[in-house]
Amino acid sequence: MSEKHKDEVTGVETTGHSWDGIRELNNPLPKWWIYTFYATCIWAAVYWVVMPAWPYLSLDGWTYTKGVIGYEQRDVVTGEIEAIAAGRADTMQKIATTPLPEIAADPGLMEVALGAGRAAFGDNCAPCHGSGAQGSKGFPNLNDDEWLWGGTLDDIHTTLQHGIRWDADDNTRFNIMMAYGRDGILSRAEVSDVAEYVLSLSGGSENADAVSRGADIFQSQCVACHGEAGKGNQELGAPDLTDAIWLYGGDKTDIVETVSNGRSGVMPAWGERLDEGTIKALTLYVYTLGGGQ
Amino acid sequence: MTETVTSLERLAQEAAQTATHGNTDPHGDEGERYTAVNSEKNRPLYASRIKVYPKLVHGTFRRLKWFVMVVTLAIYYVTPWLRWDRGPGLPDQAVLLDFPSRRFYFFFLEIWPQEFYYVTGLLILASLGLFLVTSVAGRVWCGYACPQTVWTDLFIHVERFIEGDRAKRIRLDKSPWSAGKLARKLAKHFVWLLIAVATGGAWVFYFADAPTLAGELLSFEAPAAAYLFIGLFTATTYTLGGIAREQVCIYMCPWPRIQGAMFDEDSLLVSYKEDRGETRGPHKKGTSWEGRGDCIDCGQCVAACPMGIDIRDGMQLECIQCALCIDACDEIMDRVERPRGLIAYDTFRNQERRRTGESPRLDIVRPRTILYAAALFLVITIMLVALANRSTLDVSVLADRNPLFVTLSDGSIRNGYQVKIVNKEHSARTYRISLEGLDGAILTRPALSGEDETIIAVEADKLANARFFVSLPPEHLDALSGGEADMAFVVTDIESGKIATRTTSFRGPKQ
Repeated sequence: MSEKHKDEVTGVETTGHSWDGIRELNNPLPKWWIYTFYATCIWAAVYWVVMPAWPYLSLDGWTYTKGVIGYEQRDVVTGEIEAIAAGRADTMQKIATTPLPEIAADPGLMEVALGAGRAAFGDNCAPCHGSGAQGSKGFPNLNDDEWLWGGTLDDIHTTLQHGIRWDADDNTRFNIMMAYGRDGILSRAEVSDVAEYVLSLSGGSENADAVSRGADIFQSQCVACHGEAGKGNQELGAPDLTDAIWLYGGDKTDIVETVSNGRSGVMPAWGERLDEGTIKALTLYVYTLGGGQ
Repeated sequence: MTETVTSLERLAQEAAQTATHGNTDPHGDEGERYTAVNSEKNRPLYASRIKVYPKLVHGTFRRLKWFVMVVTLAIYYVTPWLRWDRGPGLPDQAVLLDFPSRRFYFFFLEIWPQEFYYVTGLLILASLGLFLVTSVAGRVWCGYACPQTVWTDLFIHVERFIEGDRAKRIRLDKSPWSAGKLARKLAKHFVWLLIAVATGGAWVFYFADAPTLAGELLSFEAPAAAYLFIGLFTATTYTLGGIAREQVCIYMCPWPRIQGAMFDEDSLLVSYKEDRGETRGPHKKGTSWEGRGDCIDCGQCVAACPMGIDIRDGMQLECIQCALCIDACDEIMDRVERPRGLIAYDTFRNQERRRTGESPRLDIVRPRTILYAAALFLVITIMLVALANRSTLDVSVLADRNPLFVTLSDGSIRNGYQVKIVNKEHSARTYRISLEGLDGAILTRPALSGEDETIIAVEADKLANARFFVSLPPEHLDALSGGEADMAFVVTDIESGKIATRTTSFRGPKQ
């Protein structure tokens, strides 16, 4: 309850409230303070009219007062993005028209290219290859030094431009790993033997008999693409079977499945969707991830 | 001499009249009656500010204040123009707060963003220094050196120069508007604005190369931010120094509220010696001083006070202890031929001692001051040690997390690292990078990254960011028994041989 009360020491009336016996003097405020307060009130009122301010419920759901100058933060962001793109346009154009090795030799251009490449990779490539380009089963790790279709700047650029097994692109990279088991070319036992042989190429088989049987099958069925020694062929997109990297897994089961059912991973032809500057930027970015040749 | 006494008697009589008649106008009809408008008994009734008209005094402290004003203003205006050679490519301004390139330069010291704790240290030093000074001699900072005090003093001086001293100013404000009054007021505000512009103008020179910026400012080619800040500081200087004045100290500044914790009974504070001054009252020349105090109630201490208080009311929050009342009172004491120091730097305990007949003495060395001085000394020592051990080569190593490691076709495991080298030397340096602590590890750079793979050149005063790969061949993978092994990057300054080592981890599949 509020009641009239005068502070004895100062003779000033208090606000009348008592908090644990503590009372507050009711001194008048300095005028400059009051005027500042009024000014902020006026400012707020003007702001409500000028800027987007109050939410309200309309027939179309929740909306808000738009303000008379039509300020919209989304427009600001859009404008900023456009401004940045416009600012970059010259450099991206230069990247698009400069040969890849020359871009790589120009530190200023390279810095922009790698930055643009990183961003484009996150937007377009990360869903399959992972945000760190680390890949996963069936999707190549782009950090390592094994390349199905070649790891030179030109090879990577071609792969990006035309994709892999991408029907809509006439120049797309294409090969067939046949389904030897499913299509009845090899029996189950033969598939198992050839898998043992493939394992032995990287020192992973202990079954010598199966390996020697498998070697014969390999010579007749696989060398056309994978080569006599199983070293693969980048012209054909045939993987090296002798190294430590397995796109679809290096266990016996994985290899049997690959041989039985074939493999035909697909990568879109990015030339349809991205401009040349961005594709070059992506090429350089992927190249510098650690496997460029 | 006769004239002096007459004027003194008149002062005293008028002061007495004010007291007896209880005139509600705080400045009297002619401005020659002195009332402390901010004293406790006058305070609660007002809401709008009552203008204070400080009167000019002469004496030791006024001279000291002139001196401090000249020195502090000189420091403020001249500092940005001091030059300090740091070698080619670096600013040659002695004090420069370079925000775009994120460096603070203070003479020989250069502060990088990660070394901002030096600034923190300086602020701690400043506050401890303030505590120490305050516990010894009160609000010395407020009274002499605070920018609010210095600029207000300057503005008051301009006002006095144009409009005359206290009495004239009061009369001028009371007089109806005339061409002369308008001219004086306009002249005053014009000079105030000039000072304010100069203040704002000097401020921006701390943030850019002063001579260059000065040229740009005059040819209207300076960045908008420079004009904005000049405008801002012009506005605040004019408002705070010219118009708000004592209200800044009374209402806005937190220090008057905090200072109470720094004073004690032995602090030297500007005080009225009540024991000597009372009972106060007008005194006629030639009459006896027996049975009365030395205060003749002339009100000169009140007239001189820029805060509008009466020092005789005792210590109060509003008092900035500028000591001008000491000068004012000393002048009067000389005239009435009484000893100086009725108002003086004095301690509470000495007041008490004199009252009980003891002789007054000073206790400057006491637990509180020892504590503050020790804390000050400690922080200075820490700062000096930190400064002496400041490294000119900083290295940080960040291991890739995505992917943690990569298996290569020959079965090697490869990790990627981001190495940042900060060269704080004022000359370009080259560094050799090598590895330590992991047998068989091979250090490489990503393709297209440079000519010599393990040599990194860093420009003077710059940071370089380099990416490295470390590969561990299959025959050495035993080191990764727990999925990780410790190793270190060693960065050697080829020129000076200075070495920085940073440990990090090498990760791979568990063996």
